[in-house]
Amino acid sequence: MDINVRGPSYIELFGGIKLSASVVIGWIIIVAAFFFCRWLTKDLKKVPDTKRQAIAEMLVNFMNNLVDENMGAGMRVYSPYLATIFVFALIGALVSLLGIRSMTVDINVTATWAVMSFVLITYNKIDANGFKGYLKGLASPAILTPFNILSEIATPVSMALRMFGNMAGGMIITTMLYAALGLASSAIYNLIGFNADTYYFSFLQVGIPAVLSIYFDLFSGVIQSYVFIMLTMAYIKNGRECKKPLYYYNMILEVQTNGK
Amino acid sequence: MENEALLNAQATVLAGQAIGAGLAMIAGIGPGIGEGYAVGKAIETIGRQPEIKGTATSTMFIGCAVAETTGIYGLFVALMLLFANPFLKFLG
Repeated sequence: MDINVRGPSYIELFGGIKLSASVVIGWIIIVAAFFFCRWLTKDLKKVPDTKRQAIAEMLVNFMNNLVDENMGAGMRVYSPYLATIFVFALIGALVSLLGIRSMTVDINVTATWAVMSFVLITYNKIDANGFKGYLKGLASPAILTPFNILSEIATPVSMALRMFGNMAGGMIITTMLYAALGLASSAIYNLIGFNADTYYFSFLQVGIPAVLSIYFDLFSGVIQSYVFIMLTMAYIKNGRECKKPLYYYNMILEVQTNGK
Repeated sequence: MENEALLNAQATVLAGQAIGAGLAMIAGIGPGIGEGYAVGKAIETIGRQPEIKGTATSTMFIGCAVAETTGIYGLFVALMLLFANPFLKFLG
C-alpha cells in the first residue's frame, strides 16, 4: 500500500528536466481542451447548422447563465476565467478514472487556483471601493481588524484545502480499499489451499472499487469543481457590492450600443 | 545506549502522531451533523415548493461544501500528522 499525499511523482524529461506529474497532466489537458475548442468553434455561422456549433453554444450559454444568475448582470467578463478553472479542475479530477493520479490531489495545483481567485477577489474589492475603502473595510470595526485580516487569509487557504482535502480523502480511502481487497483475496487463496504467491490476480479488486470510484472520483470531482467556481463568483460579487459597475464591461456595452 | 533512547523517543513521537491523527478526525462529527441538517431542510423545502428544486439543490450543495471546510481542516491535520511527520525533526 503506497499512499502519497505530499506531492506527485516527478518525471524526468529529456535527461535532467524534472517535471511533476501534475504539470505534465495539466499540459496534456490544456492541449486537449485547446484542440477540442478549436474543433468546436470551426467555421461558426450566425444560424447554427452543425451539431458542433450547437454544443459549443450550449456550453457557452451554460457558463454565461451561471454567471448571470450568481453575479448579476454585467459580470460576464469573468465567465471565460471561471469556465477555464471549471474545465481544468473537472478534467483534472476525472483523469483518475483512467488510473492516472488525479491532478487535484496535488495541493500545489489547488493552491495555485485559490491564489489566482484570491487575486481576482482582492482586485475587485479594491476596484469597487478604492484602496482606502478596502483598508477601511478591513479595519471596521477597529477591534476586529486582526480577525478581518485572518478571514481574508482564510479565503484562499480554505478554497485550496477544500478541493485538495476532498480529493485526497477519496484517494486514500480508495487506495486503502484496494489494499484491503488484495489482502482479502490472497487470504482466500491461502484458505482454499492455493499458494497466494503464485496467483497474483486478486479477484476481489475487480468491480468493487468502481462503486466507491463513482462517488469519490465522479461525484466529488464534479461537485468540488462546481463549488470552487461558485465560491469564486460569490466572493467576487460580495467584494464588488454593486458600488461601481465594471469599467471594461461598460466599454463593451457602449461599443455594442454604438454599433447598433 | 543513546541510540536506544532516540529510538524510544521516535516511537513515542510516532505513537503520539497516530493518536493525534485519530483525534483530529473527531472534527468529522460537526460537518456530518451540519450537512445532514442542511440536506434535511433542503428536502423539506423541495417538498413544500417543488418548483424551486434546482435552486434549492445547488444552494444546498454549495452550503454543504462550505460546511465541510472544518472537517477538511481536520482531515488535513490528520494527513499532516500521518504522512509529513512534522514532529520527528525536533528530536534532532
